[in-house]
Amino acid sequence: MKALAARRHDRRAPIVLLLLALLLTGGLYAVLAPTSADAAPAAASADDVKTGEKLFQANCATCHGPSAAGTESAPSLIGVGAAAVDFQVGTGRMPMQMNGPQAPAKPVQFDQEQINQLAAYVASLGAGPAIPTADQVDPAKGDSANGMALFRTNCAMCHNAVGAGGALSRGKFAPSLWDTTPTHLYEAMLTGPQSMPVFSDTNLDPTEKRDIIAFIDQQGNASPGGLDLGALGPVSEGLWAWVIGMGLLIGAAVWIGAKSS
Amino acid sequence: MSTTTKAPNTTSAPTPLGRAAAGTADYLDQRTGLGVAVKTFARKIFPDHWSFLLGEIALFSFVTILISGVFLTMFFVPSMAETHYSGPWDSLNGVEMSEAFSSTLRLSFEVRGGLLMRQIHHWAALIFMASIVTHMMRVFFTGAFRKPRELNWVVGFTLLILGLLAGFSGYSLPDDVLSGNGLRITDGVIKAVPIIGSYASYFVFGGEFPGQDLIPRLFTVHVLLVPALILALIGLHLLFVVLHKHTQYPGSGRKDTNVVGFPLFPIYVAKAGGYFFTVFGVIALMAATMSINPVWNYGPYDPSPVSAGAQPDWYMLFLEGSLRLMPGGAEFVTWGGYTVSLNVIIPAMIVPGILFTLLAIYPFVEAAVTGDKREHHVLDRPRNRPFRTAFGVSLLVAFFILVLAGSNDLIATHFHLSINDITWAFRVLLFVGPWLAFVITKRICLGLQRKDRELVLHGHETGRIVRFASGEYIEVHKPLDAHERWLRVQHDNIRPLEIEPAEDARGVRRKGYQLDRMRQRISQVFYEDRVEPVTPAELAASHSHGEHDAIESHAAEPAQVGGGHHLVEPEGETTADGRNSPA
Repeated sequence: MKALAARRHDRRAPIVLLLLALLLTGGLYAVLAPTSADAAPAAASADDVKTGEKLFQANCATCHGPSAAGTESAPSLIGVGAAAVDFQVGTGRMPMQMNGPQAPAKPVQFDQEQINQLAAYVASLGAGPAIPTADQVDPAKGDSANGMALFRTNCAMCHNAVGAGGALSRGKFAPSLWDTTPTHLYEAMLTGPQSMPVFSDTNLDPTEKRDIIAFIDQQGNASPGGLDLGALGPVSEGLWAWVIGMGLLIGAAVWIGAKSS
Repeated sequence: MSTTTKAPNTTSAPTPLGRAAAGTADYLDQRTGLGVAVKTFARKIFPDHWSFLLGEIALFSFVTILISGVFLTMFFVPSMAETHYSGPWDSLNGVEMSEAFSSTLRLSFEVRGGLLMRQIHHWAALIFMASIVTHMMRVFFTGAFRKPRELNWVVGFTLLILGLLAGFSGYSLPDDVLSGNGLRITDGVIKAVPIIGSYASYFVFGGEFPGQDLIPRLFTVHVLLVPALILALIGLHLLFVVLHKHTQYPGSGRKDTNVVGFPLFPIYVAKAGGYFFTVFGVIALMAATMSINPVWNYGPYDPSPVSAGAQPDWYMLFLEGSLRLMPGGAEFVTWGGYTVSLNVIIPAMIVPGILFTLLAIYPFVEAAVTGDKREHHVLDRPRNRPFRTAFGVSLLVAFFILVLAGSNDLIATHFHLSINDITWAFRVLLFVGPWLAFVITKRICLGLQRKDRELVLHGHETGRIVRFASGEYIEVHKPLDAHERWLRVQHDNIRPLEIEPAEDARGVRRKGYQLDRMRQRISQVFYEDRVEPVTPAELAASHSHGEHDAIESHAAEPAQVGGGHHLVEPEGETTADGRNSPA
């Protein structure tokens, strides 16, 4: 008993240990977590199509079928175009890891060259939307005020007023747009991945798409009012009013009440 | 500093400042009789407990709201006239909007300190409502609403409703998409009122929604009508507190006929004064670091768009949740050609109606079924009133489930759940949750009461095992001291109502029997399950049954309740029957 008592730790030790453990886990994750690949455009050639086909057979044919004509578990890719491939593979959504309500973005499995080869192969199967040029998606050339008006009428009902994301039915969701590259934003509008509708050029012309990209580009940065609390609206504000505001005030009340007696 | 005072009639030479203060005080006293009021108030005693400060949070956050609100009215333009924005916020430049929205943007980006003031105003409003609810919970669970304070409960309840109204009207003023969505829901609810709905909607909005009149009308409601009512009722609320004196928690020396505490001056003047700055400081800290209601994100109101995550402030979220939970399709057309939208009437009128009515009338129901006409100034410990505590918790659970249901889309995205499943789960929980919470809370209360009984009768376990020469082992229990014990035995022993029989000796039916019988039935629901407090006789018995007990034998019945022996001499103990006699 005595030996135990002598080795007894301070009662704050578990908290300190817990904090250290959390710090260690977080630090390790930050160091070891895979980083996403950088995008770099490249031109397609007959060679690319050939390499792309090999990549397709090795990585995609299980679900999409050996000729990319689709199977019971996955749609046909004939005519979806290079833009769809660049979006789906470039954001890590494809190859899909497992079946679920929808394919979430995850670390990208291929480098940009391989993605371009895959895109070239799929584009060779049938005409479809191409990967947009850098000029088409340049946020600096868009009009963000027009972009905001278009975003409010076309996108905000699913993606939230500033693109922070929102819920759809049965576990599906509209993701946050803040970390999506301008090219992928453009491709998503053009091809309508998963639950998203297609916004064709007759619906939103290329200039309007660029305006929307310009608006999204301004979101997710520092809010003029301080921390943006996720830009999720009044629910997160209410939560923090209770947690921080009432937490501090009740803490102060207990302190004031305890001092006298 | 140097005033021309006349007669320096004090013995020690006063400082110039002291002379000025005394002169001013004397001047005021001779003209207003201020001295008597100051003397009375300075010596007024208030009991001390941290939970008595919860109401002060509401008061001080309201002061903060008033001060910041005055600043906002200097720059806000309550008009729905159309204009085109031009200013520093890039993504709204050249966009058509109302004067109200445009002036809110100007207030946020161009007026010096404007955004801070807006955020102080809004955070203070959230804290105001949160502190009202917390304060109300304290009053409810400790039974502070009992006679003579029932009317003050109603005043407080009205303040809660006015707070909701103030929050709602203010939230809608900037004329952004989010608040406009809220107004659209309001319009829908008004239109769902049977028969008069559409007329009432035209009356409120001055034509078809959204019209041109609403913002100016809401402005008047928000800056004039509601604040004036709140201010007046706060005055009444505090007047009642002074009139009734403050309640106190039970403890030795605290009775319904006294108040144990500290004088207002200097203790509470210092504490409350300091606490005001704490409340203001916390709100200002939040406003300076955390963005709230960034209207520039939502854009000017336009009836067509609704963005994901469109929700009201937290205190209206239960209404949103109620609407989200209601399955559609519950509407029909009556023979007169009127549409009855039960899918709106039930969630937006009946559900909140039930919740708020229960809250408002509870003190009167409890008094009636308890048969309690006595004044109460000592608070209840929540465990000693299991029905009340359980009822309060189940109301809160119902409210909380509705709040969660109002946030179902955010729960779905943040916890990767299906929104359909969440909605169904909440539909079931809305009925099951409060009932479950009631049963569990009541059981916990009764359990705590039994623990109290056990402690009073047998004392604290000391962990000391003693072996006698005979070989017998006993554990030594340390009796409670008089203060500990009083806390656990002081409460009323409430039993279900007993009523006179239905017929008198001659078999004539008694008038009012049916009403009495109903009261008795409800009273049985309230008080049938109970743990009675330890009586003096039981206490005496528990002290005298051990063979090694040194206490002289009382003439009490030897009803032995459980085991346990005392070896430690109870120190400074009160006699068993004189429960409150100070040692």
